[in-house]
Amino acid sequence: MMINRKSAPEIIDAVNMKLQLKPYDHFILDNGVPVYSIDAGAQDVLLIEWVFYAGNWYEDKNIVAATTNFLLKNGTQKRKAFAINEHFEFYGAYLNRSCYNETATITLHCLNKHLPQLLPVVAELINECIFPEEELAIYKQNQKQRLEVNLKKCDFIANRLIDEYVYGFHHPYGRYTSTLDYEQLNRQELVEFYKRFYTEGKCLIFVAGKPPADLAQQLNHSFGQLSINSHTLPEIQFNCEPAETKKYNIINDADGVQGAIRMARPFFNRHHPDFQKAQVLNNIFGGFFGSRLMSNIREDKGYTYGIHSYLQNHIHNSAWMISTEAGRDVCGATIEEVYKEMAILCNEPVDDDELDLVRNYMVGSLLGDLDGPFQIIARWKNYILNGLTDAYFYDSIQTVQSITAEELQALAKKYLNPEEFYELVVV
Amino acid sequence: MGNDLFCTFFLTLDMILYDRFVLDNGLRVLVHEDPSTPMAVLNIMYDVGARDENPEKTGFAHLFEHLMFGGSVHIPDYDEPLQRAGGENNAYTTNDITNYYCQLPAENIETAFWLESDRMLGLAFSEKSLTVQKKVVIEEFKEHYINKPYGDVWHKMRELAYTRHPYRWMTIGKELSHVENAHIDDVKHFFFKHYRPLNAILVVAGNVKLENIKRLADKWFGNIPMGDKYERNLPKEPQQTAARQSEVYANVPLDAFIKTWHMGARLDKGYYVMDLATEILGGGGSSRLYQSLVKEKQLFSGIDCHHFGSTDNGLVAIEGKLVKGVSLETAAKAVEEEIEKIQASLVTETELQKVKNKTESIIAFEDMGVMSRANSLAMYELLGDAQLMNTELQRYQAITAEDLQQTCKEVFRSENSNTLLYHSK
Repeated sequence: MMINRKSAPEIIDAVNMKLQLKPYDHFILDNGVPVYSIDAGAQDVLLIEWVFYAGNWYEDKNIVAATTNFLLKNGTQKRKAFAINEHFEFYGAYLNRSCYNETATITLHCLNKHLPQLLPVVAELINECIFPEEELAIYKQNQKQRLEVNLKKCDFIANRLIDEYVYGFHHPYGRYTSTLDYEQLNRQELVEFYKRFYTEGKCLIFVAGKPPADLAQQLNHSFGQLSINSHTLPEIQFNCEPAETKKYNIINDADGVQGAIRMARPFFNRHHPDFQKAQVLNNIFGGFFGSRLMSNIREDKGYTYGIHSYLQNHIHNSAWMISTEAGRDVCGATIEEVYKEMAILCNEPVDDDELDLVRNYMVGSLLGDLDGPFQIIARWKNYILNGLTDAYFYDSIQTVQSITAEELQALAKKYLNPEEFYELVVV
Repeated sequence: MGNDLFCTFFLTLDMILYDRFVLDNGLRVLVHEDPSTPMAVLNIMYDVGARDENPEKTGFAHLFEHLMFGGSVHIPDYDEPLQRAGGENNAYTTNDITNYYCQLPAENIETAFWLESDRMLGLAFSEKSLTVQKKVVIEEFKEHYINKPYGDVWHKMRELAYTRHPYRWMTIGKELSHVENAHIDDVKHFFFKHYRPLNAILVVAGNVKLENIKRLADKWFGNIPMGDKYERNLPKEPQQTAARQSEVYANVPLDAFIKTWHMGARLDKGYYVMDLATEILGGGGSSRLYQSLVKEKQLFSGIDCHHFGSTDNGLVAIEGKLVKGVSLETAAKAVEEEIEKIQASLVTETELQKVKNKTESIIAFEDMGVMSRANSLAMYELLGDAQLMNTELQRYQAITAEDLQQTCKEVFRSENSNTLLYHSK
């Protein structure tokens, strides 16, 4: 059989596929803690995430939120750090914790059959942590050392500084940590933060996998009687204080062979009417492998291993960011090409062929992103924490399907202005 | 801990089902149907990695992987039509294999067949693509191995631990000049030697039907010339007979300690035993090294025990950064004491059960994604039998405390060890 290898097989345009965001099951524990659950698993595994409003947004002093979160596993009234770790690891479970800007989380991955042994100990971490002095001392010592290593990396420095330029150091999104911050931490601050923002704090629970039939009872039994949710959250507002100067060149390592380039402009949060449209424009610009920045700066010029642009995933406000590590001698040329690509987007409408490709790519990868319970709950979590509903999901597909080249060009003119971008190179 | 902890958890993991057939040109095809996903995955694994490189032209397998995206005989651009079909793809190279995978809406699976078969048929061998990708790979090299503190650790350790076997260089290559000097003739030669149907495994997984995949495999891959079977004949690493040590002075803030020992090959029993041993020593907050050396003695700010999952005889490593003020000598001695402990007495039942339970979890979570299942099927087929994927857990479950002690005694011998003392200058 002769086949024609030159022409592509027929495809169904992904952009026309019917995408559904599987709705969650919802219930409320006795103390008012809401639970959102996705039952979509084939394997008997479970992800449970406890989200507390305990991010650095709520701390009075730098790094208190992150330290409190980190030390949740390091001692309760009943168990030492080793015993806590051993308990979860014995059951093949993974208990992680992470601190973000508004929120901080505890995440459990486990096999369903071990859930009854694990939930009571998670409750202990929310209710009975003691923050032993010796654990804090080890943490300080090791974190200071880790920071010292990170400060040798140009990408680490660049990530800190660009956020500071965009938001200001006093904003939780622009703040970063010094050795002195670690030294000045004291146990009492952690105890107080813990009580206010975990034990009595605002909590949401997200579940995904193949939840057991008695999930609600199990959660209520371990968490429904705790004092979480006993206060309303304090209303705290921060104003961005963007830097005056727009361009920065920093030498961190005189012998460095690459520069970390960051370019960013302030942007809005997901509630702004331009946000979803900007996501489409961003994809064309630098959002995927076939984007203009990748095609030009990596695939044509070979200046870098990778270059990306994205809208930061923050709740209050965002930034439009371009990020790459490029050869030291081509950093200037790379920045110049980024501006050239911005200018092309402002001056020429995107042609139909490229726009069709991006539409199909975006919907196809969304379909792939929704494959599996953990992915579905992650999307829901993002919507819920951002105060959005599934209308946002269907609107964003609608935007991808219907946005025109003219709208994209207008958007580029509105936002991709070089003079509004901060520009940073750290060697 | 209560007695309930000592029960054995029996296998509860589902079997991964698949069909297997071989095309006339020798291409092995595995199909794993999973109607629960709207997606399909096409995964092609080539039986070639950095270990198959000429010692004077290292980094080539990986550079070649980049060139696979630079256009094929009939299709100028690989990525664009795939993205148009709603798909995404990537690839990776290791010391053992090179793997290419793409995922797209299942309705468009034929696009993946069209693209993958054309680049197995032949590349465009474009000079421009070679020139650009050499630069890209050089930037990748710099980003990960030069412009990072401790970035050269594994480069140095491999050279210390291996004297003959090609695991003595990293996938990225021994030096930048090897990548810089790559020539288009090398590219052609490499392609026709390694990228033939006989040396490849195709796995299609997801919302697909066996009959349709048979038809598509035959249609798109059936008439690609089979090529010659690549006979791997690598120099064997001689048994190490004396401890080796090397010292490095670098512009880093902290001293680091890195030590390795030679261990079993991927299908040896000793491999599975050592896999559990690394968990007992270094897996998580209740592991021995972490508890003893980071928490109690506070000699290390972090410590890790791992192995490389290599197909041929690999390395097991213990590595960590030291707390300031602690000497490398003290740190080395403390590690040695933990090694002696695991050799002198049996691990406890709790420890053994813990690491078996962890292994069961790891397998269950890995098997969740269809892409991961496709990759595993290809890897096990390459190792000799895809069915191994379904018997892995049993192999781990069968390991006893005595096995662990025995293997630790065999592997963690001083004369089998390589130590890298990485000093802050």
